[in-house]
Amino acid sequence: MDEKEILVKAEGISKKFCLDLKTSLKYGVQDLFANFGRNNKAAVLREKEFWAVRDINFELRRGECLGLIGHNGAGKSTLLKILNGLIKPDEGKVTIKGKVSALIELGAGFNPILSGRENIYNNGAVLGFTKKEIDAKAEEIIDFAEIREFIDMPVQNYSSGMKVRLGFAVAAQMEPDVLIIDEVLAVGDLGFVLKCFKTIDTILPNTAIVFVSHSMPMIARICNQVILMERGKSDYKGYDIVKGIGLYYNKFSNNNKAIIFDEGTLLFNSYKLNNSNKKLIIKRGEDLRINLNFNVVKKLDYAPLIYLEFRDKEQRPIAGTIVNELKTEINSDELNYDITIKNVLFSLGLYSIDLSVSSFENKTPILRINNLISFQVDSENQMWVPIELESECKVY
Amino acid sequence: MQLETKIYQKENNTNIPKLLKESLKDIWESRFLARQLAERDIKAQYRQSYFGILWAFITPLLTAAVWIFLNLSGTVQVSDTGIPYPIYVFSGTLLWSIITEAINSPSQSTSSARGLLSKINFPKEALIISGIYKLLFNSAIKIAFLVVFVFLFGLGFHWSLLLLPFAIFGALLFGTTIGLFITPIGMLYTDVSKIISIGFRFLMFITPVLYTIPEEGIMRTVMQLNPMTPIILTSRDMITGATPEYLGYYLVVLLLCIPLFFIGLVSYRVSIPIIVERSA
Repeated sequence: MDEKEILVKAEGISKKFCLDLKTSLKYGVQDLFANFGRNNKAAVLREKEFWAVRDINFELRRGECLGLIGHNGAGKSTLLKILNGLIKPDEGKVTIKGKVSALIELGAGFNPILSGRENIYNNGAVLGFTKKEIDAKAEEIIDFAEIREFIDMPVQNYSSGMKVRLGFAVAAQMEPDVLIIDEVLAVGDLGFVLKCFKTIDTILPNTAIVFVSHSMPMIARICNQVILMERGKSDYKGYDIVKGIGLYYNKFSNNNKAIIFDEGTLLFNSYKLNNSNKKLIIKRGEDLRINLNFNVVKKLDYAPLIYLEFRDKEQRPIAGTIVNELKTEINSDELNYDITIKNVLFSLGLYSIDLSVSSFENKTPILRINNLISFQVDSENQMWVPIELESECKVY
Repeated sequence: MQLETKIYQKENNTNIPKLLKESLKDIWESRFLARQLAERDIKAQYRQSYFGILWAFITPLLTAAVWIFLNLSGTVQVSDTGIPYPIYVFSGTLLWSIITEAINSPSQSTSSARGLLSKINFPKEALIISGIYKLLFNSAIKIAFLVVFVFLFGLGFHWSLLLLPFAIFGALLFGTTIGLFITPIGMLYTDVSKIISIGFRFLMFITPVLYTIPEEGIMRTVMQLNPMTPIILTSRDMITGATPEYLGYYLVVLLLCIPLFFIGLVSYRVSIPIIVERSA
């Protein structure tokens, strides 16, 4: 099969920003005047400036989707603005072929006092539709947004979800060659998000998409290329989405345990993983032994119940275990639990454990500590899902 | 089908004819957007009001009434203007307001679209055109009053009255041209709009808006040099049917405005990315 044509090509894109408004405005005026003359001098950082985007390169073909990831302020949105032609790069060159649409803000051009129907025309006009096109599509848009009853109500009385629906319904009518999506899909309810994905899935084969998101599941779902940005630079760029996502997660280490409930009966002392105090790496499929040590402060008749909850890097709870031992009387002021989690099937990555302790007799909470323990799982396969199931297979 | 290719990079903006061509093409292609934006703002302006569009009539009528009262009661004694004083004042303030609003219009339209500018790539020229639409709409009502007054005060019909659209166009062109040049810096520094609003309050006194040019003295020289003078006077003469005294100067100013207007358009076009980057 022939390679499809390259629709977006970024060569050495750099953009500098200024740290301070007054200086920024001064430079702005200088730039305005410099703009009229020869303007191809090499960009140098002036005082108080920094590179918000530095030397980004990529190529994107029709049918491909590039995911831009990185923490807040890494330069993703600035890069999008450059790709969308809103601001000019200080260095480098962007070449874009075909019709470009940007889903950066849904419902741009809405006026709150006017009705939904009138605002379809406002938004449509801003997105580059002609009156005829909107006339032809208005009914379809209203149906797609599922707000027919409210379409003649002022938009200021819409819920934020309704506004976004209407905005997306208009934007979904575009037939772009290149689509730029910023975080917009994060709002709206599940039905809306599913609808968005359905729309994107339909247009993806004929479109090159640049997608910015903090939601790794979304990135993993639609992207085939990823750039991890850090302080404007590309930290990782390639087709190995899972590796990119893994590197992104590693940028966040959240080791702070937080006691969120303490009734005062028990004092948590220490824990051991596989009999060691050090940071633990286990192989996938091995057992995990957890030892928890408490001091008993107030009198307790029986050893309380323990519940452990496992979270993945995104802080999604993915598994739990209830330690439900038989009635055990407490005789000393020290209390130990040895817990073995068998055959840990977690996929490669970092995991954390939340602890909650509740009384044996009436299940009332005694102690809850979030992010108490963290450990790493090593595996041959990289996956972005947290659990790698065991499977058997016969092929004939 | 050949796809349109766009290239974004730092470049030399020395090819003014090419930039101008792009700008004019965008104006043409965004005509629906410009109209839609103007319609949106005008509708929104009147929807949240009980009297709605009536307000557009009330304001100019009241202004006129005040001046007529002042004149009839003898409170204000102005040297002979050659035409009924209410018409002199009404036409003067009308033209003056068209000029000053035209100067402010590009900055205002651009400023109120800051949110859009930083999110969506659309032809920015549509903002300028929608500003002109809004200005024309607001002025149209006042112009209608002015024509009614011309007949009411017995000036009667003159053929030169047919030149009224041209006079309005001249005032618009003059104002918009200045507006285009100050918009880029005005979008960065708010000082600009303050200077403009204070400056024009004083400029009005050296322009024959409320009174005629004195017979002699330094004020006469200043007023005659002021490029707004021929705009106001010639337009007013067209309305009242008098012989235009400053026709030569008027045409020179307008002819100068035409190339400047196009340069202003180009300067606006190339400045927008910098404005978006620094202040949107």
